[in-house]
Amino acid sequence: MTIALALEQLLNGIQLGVMLFLMAAGLTLIFGVMGLINLAHGSLYMVGAFACAAVAAWTGSFWIGLVASLVAAAAAGAIVELAVIRRLYDRDHLDQVLATFALILMFSEGTRWLFGSFPLYLDIPPLLQGAVALPGGTEYPVYRLAIIAAGALVAFGLYMLISRTRLGMRIRAGESDREMIGALGVDIRTLYTVVFALGAALAGFAGAMVGAIQSVQVGMGEPVLILAFVVIVIGGIGSIKGALLGALLVGVTDTMGRFLLPKLMVLFVPPAQAGAIGGAVASMLIYIVMAIILAVKPRGLFPPAHA
Amino acid sequence: MKKMLAAATLALSLSASGLAFADPVKIGMITTLSGGGAGLGIDTRDGFMLAIKNAGNKDITVVTEDDAQKPELAVQIADKMIQSDKVDILTGIVWSNLLMAVAPSAVAQGKFYVSTNAAPAQLAGANCHKLYFNAAYQNDNLHEAVGEYANKGFKKMFILAPNYPAGKDSLTGFKRYYKGELAAEVYTQVGQTDYAAEIAQMRASGADGIFVFLPGGMGIAFMKQFAQSGVKIPVMGPGFSFSQDVLPAIGDAALGAKASGQWAPDFDNEASKKFLADFQKEYNRLPSIYAVQAYDAAQLILAAASKASVSDADAFAAELKKAEIQSPRGNFKFNTNQHPIQDIYLTEVIKKDGVLTNKTVEKIFTDHGDAYAKDCKL
Amino acid sequence: MILTRENLINLILAAALLAIPLIANAAGQPFYITLATRVAILALAATGLNLALGVGGLVSFGHAAFFGIGGYVAGILASHSFSGEPVLFGLSGTNQMWIIWLVAMALAGVVGLAIGAISLRTSGVYFIMITLAFAQMVYYFAVSWPAYGGEDGLSILVRNQFPGVMTMVPMNFFLICYVILLVGIALFAVIRASRFGAALQAARQNEVRVATVGIQPYRIRLTGFVLSAMITGLAGALFADLNRFVSPSMLSWHMSGELIVLIILGGTGRLFGPLAGAALYVAFEYALGGITERWQFFLGLILLLVVLFARGGLVGLLAGKAKHG
Repeated sequence: MTIALALEQLLNGIQLGVMLFLMAAGLTLIFGVMGLINLAHGSLYMVGAFACAAVAAWTGSFWIGLVASLVAAAAAGAIVELAVIRRLYDRDHLDQVLATFALILMFSEGTRWLFGSFPLYLDIPPLLQGAVALPGGTEYPVYRLAIIAAGALVAFGLYMLISRTRLGMRIRAGESDREMIGALGVDIRTLYTVVFALGAALAGFAGAMVGAIQSVQVGMGEPVLILAFVVIVIGGIGSIKGALLGALLVGVTDTMGRFLLPKLMVLFVPPAQAGAIGGAVASMLIYIVMAIILAVKPRGLFPPAHA
Repeated sequence: MKKMLAAATLALSLSASGLAFADPVKIGMITTLSGGGAGLGIDTRDGFMLAIKNAGNKDITVVTEDDAQKPELAVQIADKMIQSDKVDILTGIVWSNLLMAVAPSAVAQGKFYVSTNAAPAQLAGANCHKLYFNAAYQNDNLHEAVGEYANKGFKKMFILAPNYPAGKDSLTGFKRYYKGELAAEVYTQVGQTDYAAEIAQMRASGADGIFVFLPGGMGIAFMKQFAQSGVKIPVMGPGFSFSQDVLPAIGDAALGAKASGQWAPDFDNEASKKFLADFQKEYNRLPSIYAVQAYDAAQLILAAASKASVSDADAFAAELKKAEIQSPRGNFKFNTNQHPIQDIYLTEVIKKDGVLTNKTVEKIFTDHGDAYAKDCKL
Repeated sequence: MILTRENLINLILAAALLAIPLIANAAGQPFYITLATRVAILALAATGLNLALGVGGLVSFGHAAFFGIGGYVAGILASHSFSGEPVLFGLSGTNQMWIIWLVAMALAGVVGLAIGAISLRTSGVYFIMITLAFAQMVYYFAVSWPAYGGEDGLSILVRNQFPGVMTMVPMNFFLICYVILLVGIALFAVIRASRFGAALQAARQNEVRVATVGIQPYRIRLTGFVLSAMITGLAGALFADLNRFVSPSMLSWHMSGELIVLIILGGTGRLFGPLAGAALYVAFEYALGGITERWQFFLGLILLLVVLFARGGLVGLLAGKAKHG
């Protein structure tokens, strides 16, 4: 094992973390403002990927597809908020879990209804094809670097949006005192729809970006969704900063675990089984990390002050 | 002349299966028609029904239900089909874990099970059963073939599969025939979607060839990411990694990938050409290997039903075992453990008229059986 | 027991669950016995969850872990009994159901204690997520651990034995499950009515008040969570015997979701809510699956409508507002 390989793996971990952040940011934003737990967030991720793939196939341009994914996911989010989610804000988490669980079933089967049963094709735009040389002599895919950049941009954009704009001010107000901002004359219903659509658009954007290097298929959102939950629980639910750091922690832990644990296991068990057992432990690693963090800090690493 | 003769026997066998059966046959098809794996189930159903439709026999009925890729649901549907619909034969399951939930208990209740795809090792060896047939392959077969192919020109292979039984069977099958050195043997998480960490290990390993078994979405993700990584090591795998259900989604990233398979759309035999034309006419798309396997399963059942009554299990099993069909795959017969003996080919992903498809390169195995047949006491 | 409207509905539900297989048996339709057995087992699993969720207000999104552990206990002990190899430390396997049940409950309880001890330090959404994550951990362990079949699962070749009963006869196995379900429901009623149950409910409604009278809510909740895990674990063992098969899908988060669905469909916190919910769910799944390939879409739609418009579930719809909070 060389230093270069270890560095490359670290980069891979950061890149996985950034992908998870794109997903987790919307989830944690929606929870922070509306106190809503949204299991169907993974479905919005899927909507983004399918919209991007379909539009890219139709127009021949990934970039138009990317815009379409934002529009489609935001629209789907807004419709879902108006039709369903709106009725759930003053319910307990149990009802929210069940309603959004039902939405997953409907989204998955509905998508299959529209797009058929086979995975769709979505390729990386020509501009971002191929690999570049890294210091140390290895090559790294341009697209993965682009994902890291996009994640950093989204993080910065969200920070600016929340700390510098009127919408952000309302979001912060909504996080700290829900009744109060209604009393101040802010149209809270519209605000909630806008925030939900924004969270959905983030998920859709993540779906489109990631869909280009993964499989655009029904059910693609579910594994990511659970990882995103782990991320926001570690980071502190409702905290964007927590989501970013939680995502990086999960990404790096998972990647390094998959890379190092099988090698470590060789010291304890016969080599023939080391790969399988190391893989088994690696697949549980992030949950173990999460359990340890929550045992010490039950509200995550960066709990929002008001909660 | 030879071709004409083949066509004539084909016509003969089709008309023979159109005759009335000794007893009506009821088939229960349990397959995956919803969720992420639905593509495979739909090809299975369509291939099977194509053979049934071609036969045009009124004495055969097929009931179909969706298992949503859940073992518990598959068990429930099997119970219903056996107890309520009174089917004689079950078929259609795509996945090994669902098959293991359904087939052993179905045959224990005296029903036939004819597998169209899944073929776990447990049912091929000591636990083989007189009523259990597999019309597809044995799970290890295609991996064995790639292992044999890799002996020519590859000295150090990097092999990778998901960390579940079919994945372990896969690497075991590969290693059974591959004689060279292994750069690494890596197991990934089931359903994993990001392979950056593994691709980095491949780059660093000094391997001269890569074998991957990653079915469905996992394979799509891997191939797309591998193509972007700048790693230039040749990739090979079993046929389902590059079958017609996933090829369009992988795109040009799959070009040049070598795979093993019992069938490819360019097979030069009458049965294959007819199957291909019929399937495209009926469903307006290219069939995958799953469709071929199901098509043959239906042909086998039809052939046996025209000679024996399904209510006489021994006679029907005997007819099924020696049934002669015109398989698109070419040579096909059952081994002692009622799994196929067939030829396995090397294929390569090419682009033909703008469509990605598999081209046959060479034959790897002739009349290949499996490693477990010797443990089967049938 | 006073014959309130809810009690009457409960009686009818219990009688109907017994009557359907009896009629099916007489009519030569054994499949409906299997279906009724499934309802009984799922109802038992949900009754376990109902103790944590309905009474204690602990929304566990990870009860599939206990359900699956129960199932794996049945599968593993049976496979060792079949092969004759010891399980651990020279202890042999068994095909006796009652031993399996005890082991399943004990193991589910121990794992429940470990998961609960960490998870109950959190509350609200954190609790939902952390229970989900723990269940995922168990799930991935089962998928990737080489022994006992991994993703392929484990077949139970012959259904486990119960003294004096031919368990392979569907009706007999149904009766076993039915009796256990009734015992489980009775136990639920006793616990809910006990001082412990009162404390558990109080801890949900007003944590501070409970603490001021000298009860530690954490301990009360942990006890409730462990009891809940044990009942669900027992149901898992029965489920494995029903299917003669156990696999990681019993541990998946979809299973956890389904258990919650059963409770809400029937009526959260209601004594017979899980039974009503399980009956409805299995009926939907069976009927819709026979009609359309798109059945999951319509199942989702029905669930959504129930949450939005039929609060209190089936029992709530029929019997009116709950007496218990």
